[in-house]
Amino acid sequence: MDPLRQSPSPSSSRASSPRTLSCERLGYVGIEAVLDQLKIKAMKMGFEFNIMVVGQSGLGKSTMVNTLFKSKMWRSTMPGLRVPMPQTLQLHSMTHVIEENGVKLKLTVTDTPGFGDQINNDKCWDPILGYINEQYERYLQEEILITRQRHIPDTRVHCCIYFVPPTGHCLRPLDLEFLQRLCRAVNVVPVIARADSLTIEEREAFRHRIQDDLKTHSIEVYPQKCFDEDVSDKILNSKIRERIPFAVVGADREHMVNGRCVLGRKTKWGIIEVENMAHCEFPLLRDLLIRSHLQDLKDITHNVHYENYRIFRLKESHALPRGPGWVNLAPASHGLPASPGPAKVCRWAEDTSDKDF
Amino acid sequence: MASEVARHLLFQSHITTKTAQTSSQVSDHEQKQKESPRSLTMSGHVGFESLPDQLVNRSIQQGFCFNILCVGETGIGKSTLIDTLFNTNFEDHESSHFYPHVRLKAQTYELQESNVRLKLTIVNTVGFGDQINKEESYQPIVDYIDAQFEAYLQEELKIKRSLFNYHDSRIHVCLYFISPTGHSLKTLDLLTMKSLDSKVNIIPVIAKADAISKTELQKFKIKLMSELVSNGVQIYHFPTDDETIAKINASMNGHLPFAVVGSTDEVKVGNKMVKARQYPWGVVQVENENHCDFVKLREMLICTNMEDLRDQTHTRHYELYRRRKLEEMGFMDVGPENQPLSLQETYEAKRHEFYGERQRKEEEMKQLFVQRVKEKEAILKEAERELQAKFEHLKRVHQEEKLRLEEKRRLLEEEIIAFSKKKATSEIYQNQTFMTAGSNLRKDKDRKNSNFM
Repeated sequence: MDPLRQSPSPSSSRASSPRTLSCERLGYVGIEAVLDQLKIKAMKMGFEFNIMVVGQSGLGKSTMVNTLFKSKMWRSTMPGLRVPMPQTLQLHSMTHVIEENGVKLKLTVTDTPGFGDQINNDKCWDPILGYINEQYERYLQEEILITRQRHIPDTRVHCCIYFVPPTGHCLRPLDLEFLQRLCRAVNVVPVIARADSLTIEEREAFRHRIQDDLKTHSIEVYPQKCFDEDVSDKILNSKIRERIPFAVVGADREHMVNGRCVLGRKTKWGIIEVENMAHCEFPLLRDLLIRSHLQDLKDITHNVHYENYRIFRLKESHALPRGPGWVNLAPASHGLPASPGPAKVCRWAEDTSDKDF
Repeated sequence: MASEVARHLLFQSHITTKTAQTSSQVSDHEQKQKESPRSLTMSGHVGFESLPDQLVNRSIQQGFCFNILCVGETGIGKSTLIDTLFNTNFEDHESSHFYPHVRLKAQTYELQESNVRLKLTIVNTVGFGDQINKEESYQPIVDYIDAQFEAYLQEELKIKRSLFNYHDSRIHVCLYFISPTGHSLKTLDLLTMKSLDSKVNIIPVIAKADAISKTELQKFKIKLMSELVSNGVQIYHFPTDDETIAKINASMNGHLPFAVVGSTDEVKVGNKMVKARQYPWGVVQVENENHCDFVKLREMLICTNMEDLRDQTHTRHYELYRRRKLEEMGFMDVGPENQPLSLQETYEAKRHEFYGERQRKEEEMKQLFVQRVKEKEAILKEAERELQAKFEHLKRVHQEEKLRLEEKRRLLEEEIIAFSKKKATSEIYQNQTFMTAGSNLRKDKDRKNSNFM
């Protein structure tokens, strides 16, 4: 700042604390119209949503995605098809644009075939964590550019649906390990897959055991208790938390029941209707994910998980010398101007480790 | 099968390491991502049409923030207009005309209409245009706007930040009050607007519009707009890209600058009470479109474009400020070989550079210090030596004096002894002569006496 200029006097630096004025309006001002403006802007821009499904093969992940969005996202893999069992965990991502009543949604679904299918499943969550962190990294890179785009494309995973196999007993070690690690990085919604193999009582018992397991291992699945903002949120989310994990059945075929066309699974002993609350809890899952909490999922991802990643990343890049632990930020490595030896870097890093930027 | 594979975007990650992918894979992925995603038709109602409502609900919960800056001469009607716009009495007292410098005064209020909470901040310029020398008038305003951007930038660059409940104090709109002379823009106005147009959305308004007649007003408006255009001042134009509001915005753009009248007094006109100003020759109604453009201003500012104003501030003005600031600090997006540099790497490089500089400067200063100390020491030693020499000299002189004095004293003493001896002998002699002289004197006396007899 030019020292010759007059510095603004203290009263001009920050606004004084707000005064609340009474709601007595003498007439119409029109502040409400800002809500419509928001809606128009949102509809023009469209929405983005990224979802990831994790679970062992054969639990009905692809079918579930098809059922959720009522379309053939991809062909569900059926046994007998000559698809070689993948040796390593792979992640498949597909993006679609769907529209309903003028609202455009860009939906990205990431599938994880090969999860938990090997004999030794040690560290099978690493690729998934790596993928999630990579999306955060991409967003971070875009955000710290000098000239950044008007709207940063959001590829971060907003929600991860974890399919628990319907053993009826309790969570397996693999499930516990995975949930523990992932809950810290992303919103996880566990569901009991293929719930049509359990009776209603077995489902309830299984659900309670899972809830106890989660509590014992302090795994916070979505909706997290610590992010409840006000009383109405708490009440709503408590109701949901009671029913987590939902017991779901997926189906993408339609059958005729009582003259109506419903999505369901036809078996010899009856037709399991997917959208019938008495049969399975799929409507709850769909409502949670899409109709009521979609924006909340995105918000928590952006405000909490992404910020945590950012803090970790910015702190780490100060302290570590350029060794094997350093994730190379630039896509191509090129010679940088003479960097001093690692010892010196460490010394400086310690000096300024608390200074912000 | 091949087509199946071709249709998927494939990520291959190895189990062992978490390190990022090699450059080829990343660029590959970017390429694939540039294909536009396919659209899909759904066979039933999924339900995400409620998404805009979810967004709106969240915004209602969070509340809105809007900051208005009013720039204009003292007494031109800024506070009254804001009071009229928002239907409340924000503050009562008038400002004095005798401030030596322009200051900005900001006040925040929380308004609520039905379920929408608005945190409104009004920033007023106090003392604008009052000084005799107005050269420095607009600088405090520019500084204030920059300070708000700076505060936001600092928050954004922090490691532990909380942007979602940060009280956004960046100015979203600047209402510039032009005095109704009827002729043209004042130089001060032109200069101020020119320095503000790249930092904030400016909406010029003609204040106290009831002082101009209708025909003069038309000419005045045309003159003002042409002056603004010819001087390259970019004022805020209402957006015309969205069909729902394009038409009304376009027509409003033609009415700029708005001629407004502000009043919070109510006057009975017909059979209802309206906000108006009462004159002996008539009543100027604020909300009458024939009398002034107040309704248009309110419509444009609040009802139709508040969100766009905030958007423009954030995506255009703030980004421009941010880019300039970061470039000033020396960060670039593209490195020397045209390879994209990340902010982190540039920062690291800069840090090393900076510390190298600092080290070097420290060394330099140490050298300088040592040198100075040496010099000072030499000087002091010299002085000490001189003093010593003087002392010696003085001592010698003193000794000599002493010897001489001793000599003199001795001589004096000898003289005294000699003198006392002489005195003694002369006294003895005197006594002797006195005895004889006494008898002689008696004899003389007798003789004399006998003479008399």
